[in-house]
Amino acid sequence: MQVYLPIADLPVNIFVVLAMGLAVGFISGMFGIGGGFLMTPLLIFLGVSPAVAVASVASHVAASSMSGAVTYWRRNAVDLALALMLLAGGILGTAVGVWLFTVLRSLDQLDLTIGLSYVVLLTVVGGLMVTESVRAILREQQGKPASPRRGGAHTWVHGLPLKMRFKRSKIYVSAIPIWGIGFIIGFVGAIMGIGGGFLLVPMLIYFLRVPTATVIGTSMVLTLITMASATVMHAATNHLVDVVLALILMVGGVIGAQFGARAGQNMRGERLRLLLGLLVLAVGLRFAFEIIVQPADIYTIRLIGDGA
Amino acid sequence: MRLRRSIILVAVLAASAAITLSAGAERLVLSISRHQVMVTSSFTGTQIVLFGTIEPDRPGARLRNSYDLVATVVGPRQTAVTRRKERVVGIWANVASRTFVNVPTYLAIMSNRPFEEIAETDLLRRQQVGLDYFVLTQQVGSDLADTVRDDPFRMNFIRLKKEHSLYAETTNGVTFLTPTVFRAEIPVPAEAPFGNYDVEVKVFSERALLVRNTTAFEIVKAGFEQFVANAARDYSFLYGLFAAAMAIATGWFASVVFRRD
Repeated sequence: MQVYLPIADLPVNIFVVLAMGLAVGFISGMFGIGGGFLMTPLLIFLGVSPAVAVASVASHVAASSMSGAVTYWRRNAVDLALALMLLAGGILGTAVGVWLFTVLRSLDQLDLTIGLSYVVLLTVVGGLMVTESVRAILREQQGKPASPRRGGAHTWVHGLPLKMRFKRSKIYVSAIPIWGIGFIIGFVGAIMGIGGGFLLVPMLIYFLRVPTATVIGTSMVLTLITMASATVMHAATNHLVDVVLALILMVGGVIGAQFGARAGQNMRGERLRLLLGLLVLAVGLRFAFEIIVQPADIYTIRLIGDGA
Repeated sequence: MRLRRSIILVAVLAASAAITLSAGAERLVLSISRHQVMVTSSFTGTQIVLFGTIEPDRPGARLRNSYDLVATVVGPRQTAVTRRKERVVGIWANVASRTFVNVPTYLAIMSNRPFEEIAETDLLRRQQVGLDYFVLTQQVGSDLADTVRDDPFRMNFIRLKKEHSLYAETTNGVTFLTPTVFRAEIPVPAEAPFGNYDVEVKVFSERALLVRNTTAFEIVKAGFEQFVANAARDYSFLYGLFAAAMAIATGWFASVVFRRD
């Protein structure tokens, strides 16, 4: 059944979009991430312009993080104080990201920037995740303890001023790295149309030593708020959010996430991280291929509004 | 005598009138199957049928043996940028661009036979018959002008538009049902932009332009699509709030429906 997307100005098959929502939702539920980094490229592949894809996926990620956040909230696994501190940086990062998005769009370099950001971010993060999880799996097979992490070890991050105590996560850290992490997540989220869950969770664990009990719930609350505000900002500044597209994606996404979560519970943590790392790396390499290999058509047309 | 003389006079006058009539006094009557195309959620493109007849403009006047016909359909005009990618330190980036000012977003030119058989190049150019001769104004420095036909930006602009079925040139798109009654099908692709479409029909004979006439149709977004597009543009902040609220509601609803604890 064909559905006409009013903002993307494109007829699409509703079942194809729904299936994409289900598939990405399954993966996002399995790994506890929003799945924006998979959904945006899929939409671009379907023919939706990168700008509309980025803006519409923001609302889709907001929906899937909302459904996750509610579940974690009920289990008391959300550190609201930490989420709000991250948010302070996140809102600023989102605003700067949306602003840069608008500037790049007018300079004709938006598509390339989105592509390059995907390549750099996904290959680096994916590569790190793969090497880390492969090491963990090897260690486990050699019979050594699974986690070599030294509890309570301090890094340079803990030497920064403006220290705050977060009771639920049982950490005592400076507000500066929290704002910084929030800013980065908000910024990349607005530019790339990703919630940044796959970045935020490792950053919170490695830099702030947030315990695993609260890290995913907190990350989902932050993702929810940044992506909901990115939706509003993208709609208000660039008029690019397609609610019809977003609704189809959301419905598929939240259903898929439920099945994904069940599948994920039956897998070991290292295996799960290895799979996610490979997936992230594959998407990054796919983008690299796109901008390095000669495009099929070196000419493109873009309408720039009514000629006056 | 007097009566016979006047009869002859009338006959001569009538004969001379008939001669002036036959020397190019045609009238072109056009009819179009639909004046409005509604784009609904299931729109996948359609066709509009253009009918017309070439008639004498006064009863009894004679017509020529054969006519040629060119129909030009021009969609809403917009400014567009055409860009060319080049390899810059290993990656493909947009490097050069050309702005096409106020060019049709949709352009279809149809005729009953190849343009060069209808008229001389000079007349084709003046009447903008064919994509080669249609004026596509470009911004060249501070000037606005069309370039030569084989300019790479112009050629690729037309090629891309053709690939999206938005520009078309068919030299067998007009069918003569009788020597004076014709029919043409105007293709409306799914991607056709919204707005007014002007249809201009020109009648040629013996390599000269005889008469022209125009008609029009419009493509509009229907109900819901129109509403969404307008809301996104005119009430962008509220629209954004609505989209965010919808996301939160959907997510909350899912967590309630699939609650397991």
